[in-house]
Amino acid sequence: MGENAIVTNNLTKRFNNFTAVNSINLKIKKGKIYGLLGPNGAGKSTTIRMLCGVLTPSDGKGEVLGYDIYTQAELIRQNIGYMSQRFSLYEDLTVKENLDFYSSIYTLPKKIRKERMVELIKMAGLEGKEKRLAGKLSGGWKQRLALGCALMHKPKLLILDEPTAGVDPVSRRVFWQLIYGLSKQGITILVTTHYMDEAESCDEIAFIFGGKILTQGTPNKLIKQKKGKNLEDVFISYVEEQTGERVQASFNTMRFIHDKRMGD
Amino acid sequence: MNIQRLLTIMKKEFIHIKRDKASLGIAIMMPIIFILIFGYAVNTDVENIKVGILDGDKTKESRELIKKFANSNYFIPYRYVNSINEIERLIDKGKVKTGLVIPAGMSKALNRKEEPQIQLIIDGTDPTIARTALQSGVLVGKMYGLENQQGINKTNLKGIDLRTRVWYNPNLESTKFTIPGLIGLIMQNVTVMLTAFALVRERERGTIEQLIVTPIKSTELILGKMIPYILIGSLGFLVSLYFGTYWFNVSIKGSISLLLLFGFGFVICALAMGMLISTVAKNQLQAMQMTILIILPSVLLSGFIFPRESMPNIIQGIGYFIPLTYFLNILRGIILKGIGVNYLWKDILFLIIIGTFLLGIASVRFNKKLD
Repeated sequence: MGENAIVTNNLTKRFNNFTAVNSINLKIKKGKIYGLLGPNGAGKSTTIRMLCGVLTPSDGKGEVLGYDIYTQAELIRQNIGYMSQRFSLYEDLTVKENLDFYSSIYTLPKKIRKERMVELIKMAGLEGKEKRLAGKLSGGWKQRLALGCALMHKPKLLILDEPTAGVDPVSRRVFWQLIYGLSKQGITILVTTHYMDEAESCDEIAFIFGGKILTQGTPNKLIKQKKGKNLEDVFISYVEEQTGERVQASFNTMRFIHDKRMGD
Repeated sequence: MNIQRLLTIMKKEFIHIKRDKASLGIAIMMPIIFILIFGYAVNTDVENIKVGILDGDKTKESRELIKKFANSNYFIPYRYVNSINEIERLIDKGKVKTGLVIPAGMSKALNRKEEPQIQLIIDGTDPTIARTALQSGVLVGKMYGLENQQGINKTNLKGIDLRTRVWYNPNLESTKFTIPGLIGLIMQNVTVMLTAFALVRERERGTIEQLIVTPIKSTELILGKMIPYILIGSLGFLVSLYFGTYWFNVSIKGSISLLLLFGFGFVICALAMGMLISTVAKNQLQAMQMTILIILPSVLLSGFIFPRESMPNIIQGIGYFIPLTYFLNILRGIILKGIGVNYLWKDILFLIIIGTFLLGIASVRFNKKLD
């Protein structure tokens, strides 16, 4: 397995006639924070789901932590932590019951379970809220609880699918501080995001559009390549290149907005 | 298979059930409410049919005949009238369902050993009442004629002497027929609905995705989710069995342990149906619609209310694919007839075949992937 946590080779996923992910090649080094960037529907979540063994790829190869994604999915699952795009813990279970559930699904010994539970509740800042129903928590706490559940079994690789979508800036900052902390402990992190400030904090990023990787590298390298001010410029110039349209112009093409004769 | 993971899933499922007041309500209240509603409403026994009487004879014999009608319990004299028009009006208004017309000179005709004609007018708008009135009217009339003839001349008996004897349910009470069927129906509905919902809910809320990424095995997940609902389905069975037999006085003639054993088997069959729904339905609304799609034909075609013998062949054939059809035979066989495996083996065999088939498809379709 060597120094890479994730390696894919022409990984492809087709849904009927639609190709969601088109021959993606990724190399993610161990211990790094790797960001997948791209607009909605670019194929980020589908890629991640194939790596986690939630979806079966249509074509291509993939290895996660040295295990084959086709034949060794169960071994992969033992060693990764995953947070899906939407909050997918049980809303009608309390904070403690959710943590309890995931810790016993991973069949951890009772003593370790208790220790980690205390630590994770502290990490997520959920002290005193153990008996609250998960559905009643606010967005930031929900994310941190989900992170706690994903970390329960001490995974070597953490896969986060838009973890901070719809979370306020303060909670976002807190969440990323947790991510840095985990990275320092040697956990590899694969994260998808829309937020450019988050993307700039990654060690390496890949830009996905229309199911293909357009470019990858360190944020600085990408900015220099495109001679942009920041990643947002790079992001937009790639979208413009691909669609052949200027993003800013698109409002002006909608004539009804300017047309005063048309009432509603 | 890891027992700890299985228990974890079960525990979680019980918490869901505990927190979800609606499911809990369905599981416990539905058997009770259904038994009460159906037990009382699906009652085709007709007693105390109101009868308007035109006694044109006004003799000891005619009063005797009226008394015979009243004593049968099927009829209750409502009003004595003086003309046929008045009877017509009473029937039109719905005050009475039948009119008894005794012509003048009935007793004289009897004494002359003639057969006097007595008319029983029946309101046919409700066939159930009409049928009862017709049958019991004829019966009362025959009895009366017979006694009179016997009293006058014992050797002068005409026609055949048909004696009937009804087995298993001598008074032909419809609750005896309805209740056992109801027990099966309730059990099916509760189990199918709850299982379908439990599995679809995970998909609808996205929690299944998080579960897939854990090392849990498909069998652990299915069994862990099913066992709580097997228990609840069986609880529903016991509640409806208790209520049905004690409240409506339907005694169990056959072996209770046999009944419980097959009841348990049928719960698993219903569970497989629920699982199958959950593999097709995308959300709880769809699951609900599909559940109704299963429940409705099973109410109508299984012989729960309408006798299957009177259905066209094709419709009868569809009934053979409904597990409830066989379970109803088993329930009625054990509860009313008191028969055992030696008579019921065909139904048991078909139930097992269908159950295994459904469970097989459901397990194959229910895999631990999203695509």
